[in-house]
Amino acid sequence: MTPGIEHFLTVGALLFCLGLAISLSKRNAIGVLMGVELMLNAVNLTLITFSRFAVSSNPITGHTFVVFILTVAAAEAAVALALAVAVYRNRETIDVDRLNLLRS
Amino acid sequence: MEGFGPSLAFWVLAALTLVAAGGVMVSRNLLHAVLFLILTFIGVAGFFVLLSADFIAMAQVIIYVGAIAVLVLFAVLLTPRSGRDNGETRWALPGILLAVCLAAIFLFVVHDTAWNTVDEAPAGLDARSLGTALLTTWVVPFEIASVLLTAALVGAIMLTRSPEEEAEDALV
Repeated sequence: MTPGIEHFLTVGALLFCLGLAISLSKRNAIGVLMGVELMLNAVNLTLITFSRFAVSSNPITGHTFVVFILTVAAAEAAVALALAVAVYRNRETIDVDRLNLLRS
Repeated sequence: MEGFGPSLAFWVLAALTLVAAGGVMVSRNLLHAVLFLILTFIGVAGFFVLLSADFIAMAQVIIYVGAIAVLVLFAVLLTPRSGRDNGETRWALPGILLAVCLAAIFLFVVHDTAWNTVDEAPAGLDARSLGTALLTTWVVPFEIASVLLTAALVGAIMLTRSPEEEAEDALV
């Protein structure tokens, strides 16, 4: 069966939902971040799919958007992992169930 | 997208990517989860090649497989006493249910829509036109992205400094 736009979009959707499930269900903060990275990857895959298959006079715009998402993802990963390390230094844990200082 | 080669590549890449993403979900050891994550990134890079986005595939390999994966590995290794456990929270079930419902909605929309598509890859998807678009139409977001990267660099360094280092800097 020749892969069409539906096949690529299906993979992107499943990857996004797996990333969502991971980021909502993991206890370790680094696990949550891995889910977020998977979701960003799925969005990139969907944008590239539309850029390849859609009828458009300017198909490169999707690629441009993906370049910006890559940039933001790199910045997000650096800051979020630095936050995880800083929290670990203060609390000796990055377990999101136990980071409840704001609870009365 | 005709022929046997692209079809085979698609199914192999789809299986690799989704199985590796499932591995991130089910593996109990956090280090194994990071390795599965790297495999997922490589699979997505293969999809980018299949969709004739050569430059994006290169950037994906360099940024995700090269930089972000190493960053995640460093974060795992810098938090040794928090445990290598990749378990679920007490609130895992509602999250997984939400993801399943969202997947059902997405799959319904994807398969129910009559997509208006082209068969062969459109012209102008090469690195040259990407560079032209980035430096003409999208030059302002491009510069803002560079400012964002600088801010993230400074922020990451400031966040991870230890209290001793800050005390040393205060003396000077």
